[in-house]
Amino acid sequence: MAKLKEPVHITFEELDEVVYLLKKVADYDLSGYSKSSLKRRVQRLMGIESMDLVDLKNAILNVEGFFGYFIQEITVNVTEMFRDPLFYQELKNVVFPYLQTYPQLRVWSAGCATGEEAYSLSILLHEENLLDRSFIYGTDISQQAINIAKKGVYTMAKIKSYTENYNRVGLNSKFSDHYTAMYDAAIINNEYRNSVLFSNHNLVSDNVFNEFQLICCRNVLIYFDKELQRRVLNVFYESLSLFGFLCLGTKESLYGQEINANFKVINKSLNIYQKIK
Amino acid sequence: MPEARDIILIGGSAGSYSLIINILESIPFNISSAIVVVIHRNDKYPTQIEKSLSLKLKRAILPAEDKVIIENNNIYFAPPGYHLLVEPNHTFSLDISDPVNFSRPSIDVLFESAAEVYTDRCTAFLLSGANNDGAYGIKRVEHFGGTTIIQDPLDALIDTMPSSAITTSSKAKVLKNKQIINYFCSIK
Ligand SMILES: C[S@@+](CC[C@H](N)C(=O)[O-])C[C@H]1O[C@@H](n2cnc3c(N)ncnc32)[C@H](O)[C@@H]1O
Repeated sequence: MAKLKEPVHITFEELDEVVYLLKKVADYDLSGYSKSSLKRRVQRLMGIESMDLVDLKNAILNVEGFFGYFIQEITVNVTEMFRDPLFYQELKNVVFPYLQTYPQLRVWSAGCATGEEAYSLSILLHEENLLDRSFIYGTDISQQAINIAKKGVYTMAKIKSYTENYNRVGLNSKFSDHYTAMYDAAIINNEYRNSVLFSNHNLVSDNVFNEFQLICCRNVLIYFDKELQRRVLNVFYESLSLFGFLCLGTKESLYGQEINANFKVINKSLNIYQKIK
Repeated sequence: MPEARDIILIGGSAGSYSLIINILESIPFNISSAIVVVIHRNDKYPTQIEKSLSLKLKRAILPAEDKVIIENNNIYFAPPGYHLLVEPNHTFSLDISDPVNFSRPSIDVLFESAAEVYTDRCTAFLLSGANNDGAYGIKRVEHFGGTTIIQDPLDALIDTMPSSAITTSSKAKVLKNKQIINYFCSIK
């Protein structure tokens, strides 16, 4: 293994300077992000690029296209298909029976990273004979992640670990029914790729763009401070139809948020909520 | 409980579990610091360490939750599958980025972020384990003026982790299990 370079360190004040600069020159506001993890990501990027703080600020100001690269590198796009199999089980058993009553379903995977969550939802809807009447929107702030999501191609190594998740959900079909293997990668079947529209959407600054019966936003709120979480939860509330469902990550809840009063808890440990007013 | 001004970190991996139980058993009630434990465990098979320990120790053992204020007298465990970090406003935050030293939660990640926020009011213990996680974190705690203590490799069931941290640390105290327990018996 190559010897790692000494890690780069900046202070929280220096992080604030970078955040301020980004807001000024690119109109991207990262001030509501969790500071410690954002700092780690910025330091990591500076390490990869062998940049000091001056270099970084210079690049933000002067290098064409640097900004997109910056967002790509500081966001955490780690994801899996059928991450938390119990969550998908609960969706199928508790939420989907309710969704059967709608003639048309719109589903939003917010912060979908490289698309795995959106495709998992598509497959699950298919298994419950709901896909024909459903349309899924997958959105993320990282254009690079969206580009990968659109392709729907994942390495066989990943497919192998997704298969383990899938098998734990306990569906009737085999995971391999849903993709076509091509040597060392696999492409998700056409019918799923055609059921999802991937696009760029920034939860910090963009607003409601449609009405949904199901919104999944998992492992995104942990990157935001309480205040930004409040803003984003409001966007979700406004985007949900009455009796629509909101699903957060296993470590994210509505607890301590005012908006809580408008939701009913469907599953406390999996953080599934239903809008009731 | 008021917000903690002092924080005590405990990092352990393979071979550390029973010592951690002994440590927690020896902690007096009503201490004026927060205790945060990172222990490597598999996130695919959720365990209920917090629940069973709460029963056993007759005090609340809490999972560290996102954006929750770190309070005195509380004992927190890093949840499996996430990195645990400390924010400058003395709350926790969780992060699901790639494992560090094949570990998530990683001891390095918690130690480094807590060190910077709590500076000389941060004390870090590194215990038995089979990899190198924690060594870098110990260095960072020392850099920010905190206190570092490493389990004597001779007492550790698996000595890779403490030995590796001793090599890179500049001022850690190396303590026997008995001394570690004594330390925790007498915290205020
Ligand atoms: C850890 S991934 C979660 C992926 C998936 N939901 C899951 O749970 O597996 C977090 C995603 O949130 C996205 N994200 C971060 N800030 C965002 C913002 N302001 N607007 C939209 N997406 C954002 C990141 O780009 C990243 O892809």
